[in-house]
Amino acid sequence: MNPEEAAAKPNPIEQFELHRLWPFEINGIETSFTNASLFMLLAALGVVALMILATSKKAIVPGRVQAMAEMLYEFVAGMVRQTAGTEGMKFFPFVFTLFSFILIANLIGLVPYTYSVTSQIVVTFAFAAVVISLVVCYGLYRHGFGFLNLFVPHGVPLPVLVVLVPIEIISFLSRPVSLSVRLFANILAGHITLAVFGGFVMMLLGAGVWAALAPVPLLAIVALYALELLVACLQAFVFAVLTCVYLNDAIHPGH
Amino acid sequence: MSMAIISSAFAAEGEQATHETVGAGEAHHEGGFPPFQTENFAPQIFWLVVIFGLLYALMSRIALPRVGGIIENRGAKIASDLGAAREMQSKAQAAAAANDENLRRRREEAQAIGRDAQHKIAAETAKQRTIAESQAAEKIRAADERIASAKAKALANVEQIAEEAAAAIVEKLTGAKVDMSTISENHATSSTAKETLNAF
Repeated sequence: MNPEEAAAKPNPIEQFELHRLWPFEINGIETSFTNASLFMLLAALGVVALMILATSKKAIVPGRVQAMAEMLYEFVAGMVRQTAGTEGMKFFPFVFTLFSFILIANLIGLVPYTYSVTSQIVVTFAFAAVVISLVVCYGLYRHGFGFLNLFVPHGVPLPVLVVLVPIEIISFLSRPVSLSVRLFANILAGHITLAVFGGFVMMLLGAGVWAALAPVPLLAIVALYALELLVACLQAFVFAVLTCVYLNDAIHPGH
Repeated sequence: MSMAIISSAFAAEGEQATHETVGAGEAHHEGGFPPFQTENFAPQIFWLVVIFGLLYALMSRIALPRVGGIIENRGAKIASDLGAAREMQSKAQAAAAANDENLRRRREEAQAIGRDAQHKIAAETAKQRTIAESQAAEKIRAADERIASAKAKALANVEQIAEEAAAAIVEKLTGAKVDMSTISENHATSSTAKETLNAF
């Protein structure tokens, strides 16, 4: 690879850079409005457009977008009811907001030249932290110390418990990490892969005779893009389902 | 702790990448891999809290009750419409049964009326026929009587003419006047004369 080609190679990390569009700070903490904030706002507006604007007619026979809003509602409601029970329905607004926001943010992120909000570990970790603190707070509020039964499986002999309880505790503590890293890493890796393959196309186009091979990574991008669409929906779903599962633990701590 | 390790690993990789990509890598020099640049955390969390909080408020206050209401309304509407449809159907079935019953009764009535009319007409024609027949018989009898009397009268006239003719013949032949009564007596006894007349 000669230096000119290296210079022309696009940088797959560049897409994750934060640009401060409106820099300001509150009490010494930087709270600049960045491109990430812009796309957070767009994702939220997308959810609002779908759930509020499209349902403003309250039609008995729904239009296309209202039908979509209703499908999303019933899908999340069914998911919460199935995994966390009827009592879990009090967290339905939270799970719904979480799922719809992550889903729309992931899908917007797949449009070229946009920003993937969920490719930032701080964002996914913030979500996971909210979920886990909600689980812990509600569990303690609802069951007091009974919540700690979560770490003591039923019907297990005492010698096994000695080993099992630390494992349960470790698995509980690793939940926020796994929850946040799963979403973050999936989105990040997908976008990097797309950018790298895009870079291959550019490099091949600039490599004389080898330009004939340029369509190969391009086709790979098409296939990867389909995969990324799946990942975008699936990861939002996984995040929401796991949230429901953890909330179920808070509601029914006994195994 | 582990994040710091990952972060530094990525930063090292980013560093490597900048060495490779001489021109394009300049943007990374200060912080390394963007998702792990700690100076980016505060603004993102701030805006995430603001935006997600607003979105949660909008969803839980407006959107979800509304959509839930729409779905519930639709369920209620469908149930009530189905109930109404079922009611209408049973009503229609009852009406159809009533109509069938009515039709059957009317048909029977019509048949009875037809039968009655037929009987009446038959009786009327029979009566008319007997009247007409008796009138005709009367007329025939009267005519017969007229014919018989005419015949008798004609016969009587013929006998008188024959008697006068006989008297005239006798006078011409004998020159003597013949009494009419004797001729008529003779005539009455004469079988040949009677036969001759009958031949008329």
